[in-house]
Amino acid sequence: MATQTTVSETGNSFVATAYRQVAPEALFAYPITPQTTIVEEFARYVANGKVKTEYVTVESEHSAMSACIGSAAAGARTMTATSSQGLAYMWEELPIAAGLRLPIVMVNTNRAIGAPINIHCDHSDVMAARDLGWVILFAENAQEAYDHTIMAIRIAEENDLPVMPSLDGFITTHSISRGEIMDDETVTKFVGVHQPKHSMLDSDNPTMVGGFSTLGNTYMNIKKALRDAIDASLPSIKSIGDEWAAQTGRSFDHVETFGMEDADEAILVLGSAAGNVRAVTRKLRGEGRKVGMVKLRTYRPFPAAELADVLKGCKSVAVLDRSDSYGAIAGPLAIDTMAALFKAGVDVKVRPYIYGLGGADVKLEFIESVYDDLADLSDGGLNPGLTYLGI
Amino acid sequence: MSELTEIRWHARAGQGAVTAAKLVAETAMYEDRYMQAMPEYGPERTGAPLKAFTRISDQPIEVCNNIENPGIVVVLDETLLSSIDVLEGIEPDGAVIVNTTEPPEEMRKIMKAPDTVTVATVDASGIALDTIKRDIPNTPIVGALVKVRPIVGRESVDGQLLKTFGKKFAQEMIDANLESVQRAYEEVLIDG
Repeated sequence: MATQTTVSETGNSFVATAYRQVAPEALFAYPITPQTTIVEEFARYVANGKVKTEYVTVESEHSAMSACIGSAAAGARTMTATSSQGLAYMWEELPIAAGLRLPIVMVNTNRAIGAPINIHCDHSDVMAARDLGWVILFAENAQEAYDHTIMAIRIAEENDLPVMPSLDGFITTHSISRGEIMDDETVTKFVGVHQPKHSMLDSDNPTMVGGFSTLGNTYMNIKKALRDAIDASLPSIKSIGDEWAAQTGRSFDHVETFGMEDADEAILVLGSAAGNVRAVTRKLRGEGRKVGMVKLRTYRPFPAAELADVLKGCKSVAVLDRSDSYGAIAGPLAIDTMAALFKAGVDVKVRPYIYGLGGADVKLEFIESVYDDLADLSDGGLNPGLTYLGI
Repeated sequence: MSELTEIRWHARAGQGAVTAAKLVAETAMYEDRYMQAMPEYGPERTGAPLKAFTRISDQPIEVCNNIENPGIVVVLDETLLSSIDVLEGIEPDGAVIVNTTEPPEEMRKIMKAPDTVTVATVDASGIALDTIKRDIPNTPIVGALVKVRPIVGRESVDGQLLKTFGKKFAQEMIDANLESVQRAYEEVLIDG
């Protein structure tokens, strides 16, 4: 029988508890703000004998991901965590983890990328890693970050893909909130024992890892297999989320909505700002406005068909991006959304916004102003294109 | 208290503002309500001005933006008043509690607080020195806070303190903290 305890902890503490309960066989980490308290708290669990994880404090993030790749290729359940410049420093290794189809789980605490130097939240780090073959999840709050971290182990191992659950730096990582922690036994049972399909240490069944593939079609075949695997992971993520929800009572959907039954105007958002958008949406609906909000918990693979289906009844949609794709027509989430709507043949006006870079506060009146912009767009007003919110 | 309560804490790093923000939040959770507590991250040097925030509600809290229009402001160090507008954005019917030996009428003048805002003062540092034997005004000022605005029950504060301290502190220290809360609760002066 699953038993949950109500606790008040920081977001990072919820994540560190998930790491302890998952109890990976190996963890390689380098500290970086605002990820530090995750690996610090986990180190304490190791030092106090709460987990038997082989914990290696490596000399850089590049080494952290390299060690994760070696460890996962050897067949060990392997985790790490990072943020911002740390994720950027790992970049060379990230597509290797995916290309080798290694089930590594790495929580990213979303933080701005320099310059200028900024330790606060935006999605520039994780978005720069979006096209590499990693499954990417966005948490609105500490509770979702906890749930995603546990789900990620199953998603990774059942789909042979690396998984990056993400939570917003400081806003979610460092604020203390109320949530539920599952009992250890239920988590142990849920994640099960890792049975690697291949292990470099299995001398009876030798495998080659990291080989050359420059002639012929092998390289492209392997990349096609990666594309097929991440596409196929979409239903798998949902069913793992449903299985976890059956234990916790907290539902999981790739696309979560509020007020979308009859909305003319909708705002689409990722991460912690979803709460602010929902609060404003709730208030405006109370005043009789037909508005709705949509958030994605799964970003890669992109739930395109589901998203288009949710948005198809709207007149106009604002997509809020917490990172820019400099030189492109909009931020990454907006581009993905426009493509999803076009592919589904859904004709909805899309207005892209960039908000909250480097921790810029997501004021409720900003969100209200977006709904006003959309009402104008629905009435035939001009779409000015990409807008930096609050600037 | 079905509405969202928002508190902003002003202090200098080292005075325990984050601990106080957390104590009030956890006291709300002790009453099976919802809460949020967060520091504002800036330079973390002892003595540097800092802010912390607490939200309390009977419903799950969705918003996570900065608190700009607090209903309650708590000032742990009155020397901040010369450089910081602690009342910035305070609700018209808000309350401000200052750790000082001055009476609230005097503080109202210094802060130029509008008539609609409740001003309260308590010598939380003096009480802390008497009871806990250290100038850490964060625990006693919570006693004053719940007198000025009963956002959580008076007994719940003791209950949460016992829960927090019970595991790791000597009885003498626990009693000193409980006494500091009670004294601030009794000694706080309220104007308006």
